[in-house]
Amino acid sequence: MSKVIVVTSGKGGVGKTTTSASFAAGLANRGHRTVVIDFDIGLRNLDLVMGCERRVVYDFVNVINDEATLKQALIRDKSDNNLHILPASQTRDKDAFTEEKVGKVIDELREDFDYIVCDSPAGIEKGALMALFYADEALIVTNPEISSVRDSDRILGMLSAKSQRAIQGEEPIKEHLVVTRYSPNRAESGEMLSLDDIQELLGIDLIGVIPESEAVLQASNSGVPVIRDEQSKSGQAYQDMVARFLGEDIPMRFLEAEKKGFLKRFFGA
Amino acid sequence: MGTSTKTAGETLDKQEKTAAVELKGAVFTLPVLKLHSTDLPAIEHELKVHLARGLNFFKHAPLVIDLEAIDEQQGRKLDFTAIVSALHRMQLFVVGVRNTNPEQAKRALAAGMAVLKGGIAQEDISSGKNTSAPPPATSKTLSAETTKVIHQPVRSGQQIYAKGCDLIVLSSVNVGAEVIADGNIHVYGSLRGRALAGVSENANARIFAQVMEPELVAIAGNYQVFDEPNASNLYGKAAQIHLDNNRLVIAPI
Ligand SMILES: Nc1ncnc2c1ncn2[C@@H]1O[C@H](COP(=O)(O)OP(=O)(O)OP(=O)(O)O)[C@@H](O)[C@H]1O
Ligand SMILES: [Mg+2]
Repeated sequence: MSKVIVVTSGKGGVGKTTTSASFAAGLANRGHRTVVIDFDIGLRNLDLVMGCERRVVYDFVNVINDEATLKQALIRDKSDNNLHILPASQTRDKDAFTEEKVGKVIDELREDFDYIVCDSPAGIEKGALMALFYADEALIVTNPEISSVRDSDRILGMLSAKSQRAIQGEEPIKEHLVVTRYSPNRAESGEMLSLDDIQELLGIDLIGVIPESEAVLQASNSGVPVIRDEQSKSGQAYQDMVARFLGEDIPMRFLEAEKKGFLKRFFGA
Repeated sequence: MGTSTKTAGETLDKQEKTAAVELKGAVFTLPVLKLHSTDLPAIEHELKVHLARGLNFFKHAPLVIDLEAIDEQQGRKLDFTAIVSALHRMQLFVVGVRNTNPEQAKRALAAGMAVLKGGIAQEDISSGKNTSAPPPATSKTLSAETTKVIHQPVRSGQQIYAKGCDLIVLSSVNVGAEVIADGNIHVYGSLRGRALAGVSENANARIFAQVMEPELVAIAGNYQVFDEPNASNLYGKAAQIHLDNNRLVIAPI
């Protein structure tokens, strides 16, 4: 049975697209047929992060409007045959989305893919509601700050009220917390919310903590999901997250502030 | 001025959709203006004094007029249309009246106001039966037939209304969430959002929480905002809140 996973947050710019790209690439890398859909109509970000922007001919809205077939619109990742991207369009036609039409596309994708990852736009408006409507599971992307946690709480409320599973009274969407842009130093000094605070406020299980890292920007500039940067901590943290999603029991890494060495401390570096 | 009431849409979750419009239920907290006189110039004068004192909270606010204390036999008859436009000049927008008798209700409707719960029942308007005194709601609303139990956290933006009964939340009520009950409210996690108990004038209702750190609590329309954690030394602790002489009292459990 294929699974639909929405990557959502409420708040903008917290790392949904970064997480969607790496999560999808990680699943594909482990042999699962995976497609990642960009629901952020009008902005088109995912294709840049995935490095396939030049190969976008048809997009999600074209498929919805029957102007192209799914086959025509799906882009295969350049280095992984298991990974496909369904890009968003730049036409600002958000009204193209209806539950029925999106549902048809998802159903068709379910036939060919094990995992369907939906990169949600920010906010709690129609685009975000469409991205979460058919979800079986959800990655709630949160930064360690109050406004981000509030918005995540809001979107969790939407999952439990506005999703198809909620409306039809089925088993609720399985929710996972992903804390991104986490800085152990700043959490320790109290500048940021601690992981305990975030979990206590949201009341859902943590599946990954992605440290703040330069590598993320570098990776997205070169159009390669950061999970493929095996040297980087954020890449490794995404690897762990994917493994946990697939049921492995792996301890969290990169949570501790780096202890300054004696000399560094001595010279105040 | 200063108490508040709840008008509860009955169908909080249900939505009726048509092509051109969408009908939704929603719950609002509205300020209530309780009149003690039918003398319009006097009302206007006092309100101006209040507003000048900085009650700007009420500026542009939708307002409900409460007629409970008005005896039109003694005083002059209220001119609803005149009151509405006088308040309008002060940027206060009257949306309805409560505690009306049937005759007042008719006049209010004619002046374009809604007649709200806490006034008289619908059928009384047509039958013309005089029920000028509002029914004491206490015992009736307390003997809850069912209790509404919520197992999940109540999250920011969500509203739960336990109509005609108690509400039990086995999890937390988060910041930005609102729980409302005609009866008591029990929260077995943290109460961080808003809790309004006894909303249909049940002054005996109470609010209990394992961790009491609400944004706002109200019982039978008497509310208190907790905008700073040290508003009470029970903040963050297990506590209950009840009403004593229109005053909210917080006590340990
Ligand atoms: N772990 C991280 N470390 C450093 N920078 C990060 C990290 N995660 C994301 N970023 C940066 O934050 C910015 C926003 O990331 P991203 O586009 O993934 O967020 P988003 O939630 O999809 O945004 P939007 O709401 O606009 O769709 C990008 O510049 C990205 O490079
Ligand atoms: Mg994005």
